Amino acid sequence: MQALTNRAKAVDRRPMSFAEKLYIPAIAKGMGITFKHLFQRKATVSFPEKKREFSPVFRGLHVLNRDEEGRERCTACGLCAVACPAEAITMEAAERKPGEENLYREEKYAAKYEINMLRCIFCGFCEEACPKDAVYMSETFAPANYQRKGFIYGKDDLLIPHPKENK
Amino acid sequence: MTLLSIDWFFIIEKVLLISVVLVLSLVVAMYSTWGERKVAAWIQDRLGPNRAGPMGLLQPLADGGKLFFKEEIIPTNSSRFLFILGPSIAMMVACMTSAVIPWGDSLVIAGRTISLQIADVNIGILFIFGVVSMGVYGIMIGGWASNNKFSLLASIRAASQIISYELPMGLALIALLMLTGSLSLKDIVEQQRHGLWNVVYQPLGFFIFLVCAFAECNRAPFDLPEAENELNGGYHLEYSSMKLGFFLFAEYINMFISSALISTMYFGGYAFPYMDKLGLDGNLLTILGFLALFIKTLGFIFFFMWVRWTVPRFRYDQLMRLGWKIMIPLALANMLITGALILARQH
Repeated sequence: MQALTNRAKAVDRRPMSFAEKLYIPAIAKGMGITFKHLFQRKATVSFPEKKREFSPVFRGLHVLNRDEEGRERCTACGLCAVACPAEAITMEAAERKPGEENLYREEKYAAKYEINMLRCIFCGFCEEACPKDAVYMSETFAPANYQRKGFIYGKDDLLIPHPKENK
Repeated sequence: MTLLSIDWFFIIEKVLLISVVLVLSLVVAMYSTWGERKVAAWIQDRLGPNRAGPMGLLQPLADGGKLFFKEEIIPTNSSRFLFILGPSIAMMVACMTSAVIPWGDSLVIAGRTISLQIADVNIGILFIFGVVSMGVYGIMIGGWASNNKFSLLASIRAASQIISYELPMGLALIALLMLTGSLSLKDIVEQQRHGLWNVVYQPLGFFIFLVCAFAECNRAPFDLPEAENELNGGYHLEYSSMKLGFFLFAEYINMFISSALISTMYFGGYAFPYMDKLGLDGNLLTILGFLALFIKTLGFIFFFMWVRWTVPRFRYDQLMRLGWKIMIPLALANMLITGALILARQH
């Protein structure tokens, strides 16, 4: 059979020499390696105190964005739900009533917007699909929960704080 | 009345010494568990326990406390008395060996010379061997009384391993004893204090002794009786709570004692180089000597752990072959060569 790479190595099946049968040199070599590892940089960190930085393109929990006046940007067009390969997003649209102009940016808004974090695969397609810059993926990840329903994030979990009211 | 002529100070002094040595070996064994986990972590590029106290130093206390509060289960069909006797023997035997180890020279306090050795018996090494081989009973009784075939098999494996490796260990020691001419550990240390350490004369004997000590302590690479990642327990399969803790703890005490023993017999015990040329007075020198022994012992404990996290476990047939076909002939050859050399020097 032809080898796929030129790195294939034949197995050495020669009987062990006396020095190899002694095992001591091999063990000494191994002990040298483990001793070196005693002082090497540790691969783990003390987690809650010290957190590793995510990469700049990390895709964490979703947030629903507001514009600079604090109005929700989402218009419930459903493009994110269509783009979602895991079918994690559901929403219900509603019409903006007169007097709600300070709450919603456009005439149509999402009355209900839910993302099931157990279904979500954090691919970021919703973020790409959104024409209104309403869905973004943040740098946090979903915290643990005791129940499945705790992983269904509604609007109150996803919306970012109001820029003016929460100052 | 001979009763009145008891030297009460002598008794108080010995009781104190016994308590100190006992507490010391318990504390060292306790912190060996911490050390073991730290060394394991460092060798595997991890951080190790660091939650309980600074650097995880309270971890052994937490572990011990946990074991005390665990539910105590005694299997219905086990023989209750033997089931409790097993870990008791293991623990007691582990603590008894420290009696003949000279932890230091003697202190002079208020005109009294206090030897830092609990009992300077002239058959010290024989005593240690006698007591250590009793440890097998703890394992055997524990495994037998559990009324579980897996415990029994594991304890048989443990017992046959310990017995197999006791032979080359004894043979390696005979060569050492031919050299020193004394069974008292104190004499052996004093000889090394004024001459070279025994490891220089007996490198092969030391090596055999070291390997056998690993096997005797059921430590890796010879930890088949309780291979954690292959077997569900071992001879202590049915044990829970502090009785399990005693078995595990006895192992760490054994490790401490064998480290102390190896340093005493082959690495000069409380003697350290240029000891008598420092011109220090008795008490200070004794304390320094004790520290020297302690450091040597800790070094060997570290070595035990280092080996554990480097060398993979032997197969059982390999273990037996190594014991009977390699270690015993090597030890015999070492004994013969030593004897021949001693004879040659006398003529």
